[in-house]
Amino acid sequence: MGAMKEFVKSLFLTELFKGLSLTGRYFFARKITVQYPEEKTPQGFRFRGLHALRRYPNGEERCISCKLCEAVCPALAITIEGEQREDGSRRTTRYDIDLTKCIFCGFCEEACPVDAIVETHIFEYHGETRGDLHYTKQMLLANGDRYESVIAKNRALDAPYR
Amino acid sequence: MMEAQLLQFLQSQLGTQWSLIEPVWPLLWSLMKIVAILAPVVAAVAYLPYFERKVIAYMHVRIGPNRVGPAGLLQPIADALKLVFKEIIVPTQASKVLYVLGPIMALAPALIAWAVIPFDAGLVLADIDAGVLYLLAVSSLGVYGIIISGWASNSKYAFMGAMRATAQMVSYEVSMGMALIVVLMISNTLNLSEIVAGQGRGMFAEMGIGILSWNWLPLLPMFFVFLVSGVAETNRSPFDVVEGESEIVAGHMVEYSGMAFALFFLAEYANMILVSAAVSILFLGGWLSPVGFLPDGIWWLIAKISVLLFLFLWLRATFPRYRYDQIMRLGWKVFLPLCFVWIIVVAIWMLTPFNIWQ
Repeated sequence: MGAMKEFVKSLFLTELFKGLSLTGRYFFARKITVQYPEEKTPQGFRFRGLHALRRYPNGEERCISCKLCEAVCPALAITIEGEQREDGSRRTTRYDIDLTKCIFCGFCEEACPVDAIVETHIFEYHGETRGDLHYTKQMLLANGDRYESVIAKNRALDAPYR
Repeated sequence: MMEAQLLQFLQSQLGTQWSLIEPVWPLLWSLMKIVAILAPVVAAVAYLPYFERKVIAYMHVRIGPNRVGPAGLLQPIADALKLVFKEIIVPTQASKVLYVLGPIMALAPALIAWAVIPFDAGLVLADIDAGVLYLLAVSSLGVYGIIISGWASNSKYAFMGAMRATAQMVSYEVSMGMALIVVLMISNTLNLSEIVAGQGRGMFAEMGIGILSWNWLPLLPMFFVFLVSGVAETNRSPFDVVEGESEIVAGHMVEYSGMAFALFFLAEYANMILVSAAVSILFLGGWLSPVGFLPDGIWWLIAKISVLLFLFLWLRATFPRYRYDQIMRLGWKVFLPLCFVWIIVVAIWMLTPFNIWQ
């Protein structure tokens, strides 16, 4: 009986017509394409995009050149050189991130004891020559100054879960 | 009739200058007819990939091309421009003449076959009595383009691809021809216009439901065999092991670039339209209207071709690719015996009093 059923099934191509009806139904389904430049998918507050170096509200840069981020970076994308400033505090003289190496894992953010290096929500950036994606301390600080309000808001949202 | 009117108009307009044109007039008139047929066909070939992308995208719940021009309608033109400006690279070891000849040989048969396709009663470029034979012969010529291009590329991948394509096309031509024999038996003619006209006669046609008197209903298995063989013949999914883009390197066209590659692409789509036209004419009543109260006309043929082309795209969006041995088994062990059986069944049917094709 089962063999008979199978034969009839294959003779009348039941399975094929089932498949066709499925794709036929989807032909009329609502399309889910996001028209990217005009429409964007929602972003979580933990999104890991372009890096930034933050400052304290009084304008002092946060980074104390502890080099934990450099040590933890799995892609070896961070290069730091630091020295003691005249007032006795440690500060970096060089803080470079090679974004062509970076894998955006967020470990630097996690490692930082003073919340200096963070990853922002920015993902639409580009470089036109090779050096353009080699971010220096000045560029990272500029990013931090520019997006400080958004960074602070996202960190506040994330705080309850830390 | 149109020719006579046009002649009269030209003669009255040109006056004495007419004598200059008169010797070349037959050539000129033929050229005009060729352009009148090929221009819409080539336009359709250009826009078929666009519709393919749209239809498949819709079945994937996507939108498809919509950036170039309104609703992406200029996409084929952008694609064509891109391919035209690309370099045609001829491999050093290739056989130059054959290498160039290959894509031309692939596309040309798909276009010259349109000479015998009747678009409406009396509206056909060459109303020859061996139309079906011409169609079969010319569509078989496409295989030469493939084997020549595969061989001339002097690349083992291209050559193996050409072998795959040739074996598949030759196999399915057999069952296509067998299915045609049944149609010829009941039509009693090789003239395509008369085959269509024959489908307009019969019990159902007189009752005003012509759709039931077309060949597809009494010859349903043959209709199916011809349609599926047509899909396999044009190397379309699910029988597209020739290209097999997700599994193996592309077939005979692997060494081609630029416009030479585009010609293979155009040949595939031109063949799709041709096979759809052939199925419409042989099984779906060509230009005949499906119901009595609507007039017959060329728009019915266009509608039928469009529906069949949509079916081609629908199949591609639905089915996974056949394995090569399965393709061969289907052609030789399923379709061919089915055709033989049906030839005998129809032959006996025609000898009984229940013969519906008097």
